[in-house]
Amino acid sequence: MRWFWIDRFAEFKSGSHAVAVKNVSLAEEHLHDHFPGYPIMPGSLMIEGMAQTGGILLGEALGFEKPVVLAKVPKMEFHGWVTPGDTIHYHVHLTDVRPEGGAVQTKAMVGENVVAEGEIVFFCLEPNNFAANGFDQSKFSFSLNLLDVMKIGKAGYPSEPS
Amino acid sequence: MTHDEIYDKVKDILVDALSVDDEDVSPNAKLMADLGAESIDFLDIVFRLEKNFNIKIERGELFPDPETFASPDTGFVKEGTVTPAGLDEIRKKLPHASAEIDVFAKDPQVSNVQDLITVDMIVKFIVNKTAG
Repeated sequence: MRWFWIDRFAEFKSGSHAVAVKNVSLAEEHLHDHFPGYPIMPGSLMIEGMAQTGGILLGEALGFEKPVVLAKVPKMEFHGWVTPGDTIHYHVHLTDVRPEGGAVQTKAMVGENVVAEGEIVFFCLEPNNFAANGFDQSKFSFSLNLLDVMKIGKAGYPSEPS
Repeated sequence: MTHDEIYDKVKDILVDALSVDDEDVSPNAKLMADLGAESIDFLDIVFRLEKNFNIKIERGELFPDPETFASPDTGFVKEGTVTPAGLDEIRKKLPHASAEIDVFAKDPQVSNVQDLITVDMIVKFIVNKTAG
């Protein structure tokens, strides 16, 4: 299993906002433990999906020069349950960008319903910092593999939704 | 904006950013030792201050920049202690923390640098900044 918690982008406006899609499937292992006989998409993994969306949004705004990591979730409220068969849209707006990090406002929607909303703060790691700690940028989510999600998103939407 | 208005706003920001109670925040409270702030909270606080006071805060302008003490080449640190040159540098960079720097200078260990960050030094910074 790969640590991808978004399936593709439906919208990507550099330096501004992005919408990512996550299709929740009963084929996902974790839903069988959370909870046995009552599968619910874990809130923590929805935060991860919003953080991946926001991390790419911020990383792209900074030219992907430094790895972006989730630093803090100052606020997150959950309003409803997400179950297999649901399609989540993560609407993420970049509110702060600076070389040291950034912040986003985020909302998870299933259809018309807001199922979660909150704020996420990211740090940008300095090259000497992660090199010293054995941080391998090539394994970092947005640097290689997750960027393909953007390509898939583009392929899936030849005419960019406005 | 008056000093009291700025203080109240800073207090609200810290209550939100650090999930502390209103009464925990006092002018002399140290952000890390007393309010449980961690390094990741400082960027969040900077974002909130910028938004609430409609100002731009450069890196190292409000809080001590860790880079200042990162390298022994700067001459600002020797054997885990901030040198007189280092103290001068902090005084120059953080004039709003002069009271805290006076206390710090008595035992200028690098590990005590975090004690420079108090509620009052943030308020003083905003007072100076918004005065133009």
